[in-house]
Amino acid sequence: MSAVDATTAPQVEEDHDRAAAITGRAYLSALMRDRVAFVSAVFLGLLLIAAAGADFLAPFDPDKANLRARFVPPLGTARDGGFHLLGTDELGRDLFSRLMHGARVSMSIGLLGAICSGIAGITLGVLAGFYRGLLEDLLMRAVDGMMALPSLLIALFILFVIGPGFGNLILIFTLLHWMVFARMARSLTLTHQQSTYITAARAIGGSDARIILTHLLPNMVSPLIVLFTLEIAVLILSEASLSFLGFGVQAPQSSWGLMIARGREYISSAWWLVVMPGAAIFLTALALNLVAAWARAITDPVQRWRWLTPPRGKNQPIDDDE
Amino acid sequence: MRAMQPSETLGATPAPLLDVRDLRVTFETPHGLVKAVGGVSWTLAPGETLGIIGESGSGKSVGLEAIMGLIKTPPGHVSGEVLFEGRNVLTMPERERRQLRGEKIAMIFQDAMSALNPSLTVGTQIAEVYRLRRKCSQAEAERRAIELMDRVKIPSAKTRVGNYPHEFSGGMCQRVMIATALALGPQILIADEPTTALDVTVQRQIMTLLAELQREDGMALVLITHDLGLVAETVDRAMVMYAGRLVESAPVSSLFDAPSHPYTRGLIRSMPRIDGASGALHAIGGTPPAAGRMPKGCAFHPRCEMRVDRCRVDRPVLRPMDRDHFAACHIAKETPRD
Repeated sequence: MSAVDATTAPQVEEDHDRAAAITGRAYLSALMRDRVAFVSAVFLGLLLIAAAGADFLAPFDPDKANLRARFVPPLGTARDGGFHLLGTDELGRDLFSRLMHGARVSMSIGLLGAICSGIAGITLGVLAGFYRGLLEDLLMRAVDGMMALPSLLIALFILFVIGPGFGNLILIFTLLHWMVFARMARSLTLTHQQSTYITAARAIGGSDARIILTHLLPNMVSPLIVLFTLEIAVLILSEASLSFLGFGVQAPQSSWGLMIARGREYISSAWWLVVMPGAAIFLTALALNLVAAWARAITDPVQRWRWLTPPRGKNQPIDDDE
Repeated sequence: MRAMQPSETLGATPAPLLDVRDLRVTFETPHGLVKAVGGVSWTLAPGETLGIIGESGSGKSVGLEAIMGLIKTPPGHVSGEVLFEGRNVLTMPERERRQLRGEKIAMIFQDAMSALNPSLTVGTQIAEVYRLRRKCSQAEAERRAIELMDRVKIPSAKTRVGNYPHEFSGGMCQRVMIATALALGPQILIADEPTTALDVTVQRQIMTLLAELQREDGMALVLITHDLGLVAETVDRAMVMYAGRLVESAPVSSLFDAPSHPYTRGLIRSMPRIDGASGALHAIGGTPPAAGRMPKGCAFHPRCEMRVDRCRVDRPVLRPMDRDHFAACHIAKETPRD
């Protein structure tokens, strides 16, 4: 071609290092390379499977009392010959099976709560940051106000009025947690709105909706994913507290928090009734936090090639046809 | 304070494509109203290349952004008239104005790396407007993107449509930006310092490319820059802005051969010349006035070596110096040949 191309050629070569195609397998191998994130992801995966398939996978009926098998310690065998991996509770119910069923409630409350508060908060935050003015002032004062409220007390109060239960818990969590997302979405919107590419999008005739949806949001995904993951952990913990206090999930439905509350009476004689659900909460929150750190790196469009392209030596960049 | 009358509109011959009349842009700030552009009039003929020269803060970019409708109001205020195909774009409903952007007038920016969305592939971005306005399929849009990338000479366009902006160099990003602007075949391309962030060899490639594309499509190009060398090489007509106003407007040869305004002369003298004597470069003393503290009279008088008493009180208006050559200076002589 012309002389112009001669000077651009070195650049093409340099670019090629980063330009290797990013496929689904790349994500998987990137996850395998980060051992901590990998273990966390496997743990969360197993937890999801256990929660979803608790009906088929649980070794015992979680609600069936068996008085001949009360307080069997972990790895113990009951008098009727049943093996209980994590022991049994005061009614002889298998703790492992109950944890699996409890995971279903805890995980779905965490996920749904984070999704609902995320949608509400991100929508409001982006609108406030994009249009500024009165909407922003009102909204951000509301956020400041809500952040100052002691959320556990408010949750207790509202749940006392409208009654406990799964749906109400989600509602409360949305009401009490949207501000976290709104605040971050607003500040991200403000930063990105200053960037030239938003002006450029406007200059080629993009509408507000288009600019928000295709230009603003994709650039906000990375930090928001992290926040979302962390919020799931926070919500699982909140649910545990509320259930522990008796205002969350009601028996016979079971959740980890509720299990701790029930086990508290027997803490001196049967420690596993408190420790096992406590460990489940702790490990889940920890795994979510660890995965969040990995997700941040992997969803950043500018950073992710570092993680997604295989380490040097394995796969030499292909030479350009130029 | 005297504004230029629409009848004094500068320049060119039959049916201008863009007719800017007494364009003013002000901003509300905590320190009061700040005038960024104070009454500027000019026209752009179809296929013409117009250079707008000025220091940072002289209002050259803001004026063009106002024409594009990219100024947020408030805090900005835009007044005057901008006629495109006989219609005032400033009073158009936002919907129609959006149709105009991209379709008829497109703009490219200084720092192409940050003017591209980091989380979308370049192909998506190039074809975005095309898909939106022409309502075509994804595959069709990608074909169009590859076609445009070929036009702006991005090597191996087929394999690179799926790449992200950070995988391109600065010069390549500017090419992507140009491809994006060309997608709908606009009649006017506004280039806001398209080469400032690039190194010299790449600068030349980009300017050559722009000139080529302009020749092929017959679009008008407005080049905003502070690089006089660039203007001398590429532009038909040049306008010099100082402190939000036009101080001189002339065909490029006339501007460089016989600059009338002391500011223009200062700029040209401060440019290194390959044929001139070596030694220290000339510098214009002082700094441009802050937008909030405009001096009375001629805005340039505190820095002007040739000022007379009249310059302190009376703001000069553009008056003809030569054929198509206008300058806003009290002491500039008509058709000077020095």
